[in-house]
Amino acid sequence: MAYQIIADNCTSCSACETECPTGAISMKKGVYVINPKVCTECDGHYASPQCASVCPVEDTCVPAAA
Amino acid sequence: MNGTLVSLSNIRTLKATTGAATASACSGGSGSGSGSGPGGCGSRTGGASMAASHPELDPQVWERIRDHPCYSEDAHHDFARIHVSVAPACNLQCNYCNRKYDCSNESRPGVVSEKLTPEQAVRKVIWAASRLPQLSVVGIAGPGDALANPRQTFRTFDLIRTALPHLKLCLSTNGLALPDHIETIKAFGIDHVTITINMVDPEIGTQIYPWLFFDHRRWTGRAAAELLHQRQMAGLEALTAAGILVKVNSVLIPGVNDEHLPAVNAAIKERGAFLHNVMPLISEPAHGTAFALAGQRGPTAIELNSLQERLSGTGVRLMRHCRQCRADAIGMLGESLDQEFPAEAIPDQPEYDPGAQQRYRALIAREQYDRLAARAGAERAIAALGRGTALRVAVATKGGGRINVHFGHAHEFLVYDADQDGIRLVGPRRVDQYCRGGWGEEDHLEQTLAALADVDLVLVSRIGDCPRERLEQAGLAVVDRHAYDYIEPAIAACFANRRTCDNSAGVGVPVPACGDVDGVAGVDVRVDFGEQRASA
Repeated sequence: MAYQIIADNCTSCSACETECPTGAISMKKGVYVINPKVCTECDGHYASPQCASVCPVEDTCVPAAA
Repeated sequence: MNGTLVSLSNIRTLKATTGAATASACSGGSGSGSGSGPGGCGSRTGGASMAASHPELDPQVWERIRDHPCYSEDAHHDFARIHVSVAPACNLQCNYCNRKYDCSNESRPGVVSEKLTPEQAVRKVIWAASRLPQLSVVGIAGPGDALANPRQTFRTFDLIRTALPHLKLCLSTNGLALPDHIETIKAFGIDHVTITINMVDPEIGTQIYPWLFFDHRRWTGRAAAELLHQRQMAGLEALTAAGILVKVNSVLIPGVNDEHLPAVNAAIKERGAFLHNVMPLISEPAHGTAFALAGQRGPTAIELNSLQERLSGTGVRLMRHCRQCRADAIGMLGESLDQEFPAEAIPDQPEYDPGAQQRYRALIAREQYDRLAARAGAERAIAALGRGTALRVAVATKGGGRINVHFGHAHEFLVYDADQDGIRLVGPRRVDQYCRGGWGEEDHLEQTLAALADVDLVLVSRIGDCPRERLEQAGLAVVDRHAYDYIEPAIAACFANRRTCDNSAGVGVPVPACGDVDGVAGVDVRVDFGEQRASA
């Protein structure tokens, strides 16, 4: 399981990349993208997924399976 | 051009001496007839005289603000600031911000600030400094929060202070992360910090801030507002204890914190804030902010001014000339030249000549002295008239304290009040430019009239017949006779004439020519602010 960023909504603020504990987030074509193979949903690191907690745009950093 | 080549690989300190030019103020610069104000040029500089005109300020504090266009109302006619948008991440969600349109603390939503890396930012600043000798401040204000991106922010300051040590460093923040960075701020010699404080009552905070990110999680509701409040107060105290000049920005949100801002003012005064800047909420549905979508309006100019009146004289100096500029703004007054400095055009190795900046400052020291003397004379002239009246005047200016903008080209007017107690800036009023290259935009004219509804008199360098007629029909007196004169003597001259002021000499009460107000001669030196260069 992983989180994903809805590309059209991303404002490229980079807050998610800074907070990600596993380095799963990187910039591609001007917006940020989560690598589902590296994302652990912050399990073992924090109580809640950091990227989704800090993202300033609603409904943009969301569970990938949703 | 004598340039000093600056490359990132071997950044050297560029020697640029600053500040109160003394003998050089008279020996350098213009040969074309300098003004001889009382006392002569060599005996005092503009800086020293301006310090004397602010006796409530410690002279050392005055030295720190006299060329900062935001901290000093006088300086904002002569000096430019640049913001570099190196701080995109944010840790606080405000109901007036939509990240697609930048923070509504800023006045041009709909256009997103370009993000820069620290290396791009320092090249841009060097490039801007080489083209704008009046540049005195570089600030990091966003597009998110400066302290939510500490690595980028402090790396940028490090590069800039090495390359251009004469520039003041300025930082803006919501304060949430501030207590964690006090020592770094001190170590970098950042002399000016702005904190946006909209409330000191967490209950009111819940209406402004839906959530924040702190300690690796999202906080909401009352707990979030309490945390923010506590951190803002702690940060403010720590900065003032370190002797840093703190400006507090407060966004005026009618119905939410309008009645509360006096309490904010008292709380920041207690903790040593230097300046309070109350700015109007900008709230248009097109921006898609939570406030705008909920129908929350911004304040009218009258509401803003009347709150500012309530707060002036309370002990924290009030800023009245804020332009709510963007996180990538460049320039003076209300004009932003950011279009002339696009990111893709930043030179790889910008050249910078400190001589231009030194010559500009020498010139300005002299101009400031003359301008100050002219203002003092104007206030005395008004007081001597002994009438109990007041005049509200809108002035079209692009800098230098002079009436130097054609009505049709004005993006904003500076509004002044003149009465027995003096001539005071009320604040800027933004308008849409009327002139459209040969014909006028009538909608804009009507909007301008609405923006200037409380004004008695408009001073411009020129105006077309059609807009003049419309203004006069609406009850506004329009005068272009004082083109390129200093603002305050022109106001005094018109004050003497009151509503009989017009362009035919000798109508009504004899009006002193501006150059003769209280015997202060006009200055022959013209600084061409249109080209952003001092040409002596």
